[in-house]
Amino acid sequence: MSLNFSFSGLNKAKVDTSILYDFVAIGGGPAAYNAALYAKRKGLKTLVVAKKPGGQLLNTSSVDNYLGFMELSGEELSEHFIKHIQSIDIKEVNDQVIENIQKVGDLFELTMENGDVLTTKTVLVATGSNPRKLGVKGEDAFANAGVAYCAICDAPLFKGKDVIIAGGGNSAVEAAIDVAKIAKHVTIVHRSQFRADQVLIDKMMIQANITIHLESQILEIYGDTKMRGIKALDKKTNEEFSIEADGIFIEIGNIPSSGLVKDLVELNTNQEIIVTHKQETSLPGLYAAGDVTNTPYKQIIVATAEGAKAALAANEYINTH
Amino acid sequence: MEKLLNKEVQDQLREVFNELKENVTMVLFTSENDCESCEATQGLLTEVAELSDKLSVKQYDLNSEEAKQYDITLAPSFVLLNAKGEYQGVKFNGIPAGHEINSFISALIEMSGAESEIPAEILERIQKIDKPVNIKVFVTLSCPHCPGAVQKAHKIAMLNKNVVGEMVEAQTFYDLSTKFNVSGVPKIIINDSLELVGNQPIERFLEQIESL
Repeated sequence: MSLNFSFSGLNKAKVDTSILYDFVAIGGGPAAYNAALYAKRKGLKTLVVAKKPGGQLLNTSSVDNYLGFMELSGEELSEHFIKHIQSIDIKEVNDQVIENIQKVGDLFELTMENGDVLTTKTVLVATGSNPRKLGVKGEDAFANAGVAYCAICDAPLFKGKDVIIAGGGNSAVEAAIDVAKIAKHVTIVHRSQFRADQVLIDKMMIQANITIHLESQILEIYGDTKMRGIKALDKKTNEEFSIEADGIFIEIGNIPSSGLVKDLVELNTNQEIIVTHKQETSLPGLYAAGDVTNTPYKQIIVATAEGAKAALAANEYINTH
Repeated sequence: MEKLLNKEVQDQLREVFNELKENVTMVLFTSENDCESCEATQGLLTEVAELSDKLSVKQYDLNSEEAKQYDITLAPSFVLLNAKGEYQGVKFNGIPAGHEINSFISALIEMSGAESEIPAEILERIQKIDKPVNIKVFVTLSCPHCPGAVQKAHKIAMLNKNVVGEMVEAQTFYDLSTKFNVSGVPKIIINDSLELVGNQPIERFLEQIESL
């Protein structure tokens, strides 16, 4: 049990709803924070509204591909981001959700969960994404009886147990490596070949208690009062097989959190917000950046860069309107 | 023993403790048998108390009369008492380390009488709760979403004397976690029967409580 204290300060900043903001970034990840940094430096009246400061970074055990930082946890990287924006007095509202965005004339009205309304000239939607579900029988039935979506949160609950990881990308392989340190045995099941970075795959391969099933489609999660295992199809032999397990971590990617603006801007068929090379959406003054957009490659550094572009574009928009 | 809280966290906490209005007492219950985290919890509470003259710690055994008074059945557990020495249903089972330091510190601040923002409609619904309600929030220390759920349980407890809100560190209290089938955190159990998964809005807590 690691005691590592991670105190994030008290959230008591009250938002000033009486002023007109230039730029409101919605989100608590790299896109929103970097956008706020750039906007503030341009002299814009800037606010960040985050449901959860840190966002998905908090669920990332280690980040090894953010240039300039050799090895740190997702949480540490997000702490660096937050310290940076706090050092230049960017206003933040945390643990608040924007429930509605409305464009009234040239301005945007953002209604918060608590009923307060913010008014701003430009908005950035950097709301990220949520874990994708497998969509198989038993997934919902055992949702809190074996099926889990946050490896970093829930891995300690599977000490000495048998665990399955669904997925073959970086997050699945990282989850396998992390969970294997705690669990008795980990089986990774993926419907095609690995998409993860080779360095991660190599790291996983040296763990003795990990078994790999590629080209295998999960068909069902079964159990009684709790999950007992999965049924899967080996696509090479077309034969069904079962694996007994106490838990399954579903790490098969994410779906964009674009619900807030689904009726305001154009989305693609994956529900991603369509953006231009300047992060503009189909609604002038409203920008999007990071995992919620149709930009390929969901990476921290890509989201960060998009945040910068969005803020610069918003500044340009304000100056010409 | 080496300090649990490093210099940086100590400094942060000292500053936050400027928000403390009145005194708060932490009443800790430990056991000499088979209690892996009792010593660390005692260390943490002592170190925290040293950072403000408004904070103090009392310690009793799990088998003491005091333990019965606060319905303590696990060790380590602790409750917070307000300046008048009253128990308002704020309980922690297991050490609030890792991310849970956040729920611990905000409970101290709120218990000291510092004002917290709560919409009038929600407050009214909390005050209407007229039967005994126990809210257990199962957490792991590596879960970033868990302190939010614990804070809501504690907030409801502080605002209504019928309610007890407890953090339960799932790894330490493995048997209890197994009993309630905890395989994902935060998991919220109300009166040992109803359950919620995830850091839900306070309205969801109230809907469940109102359905009792």
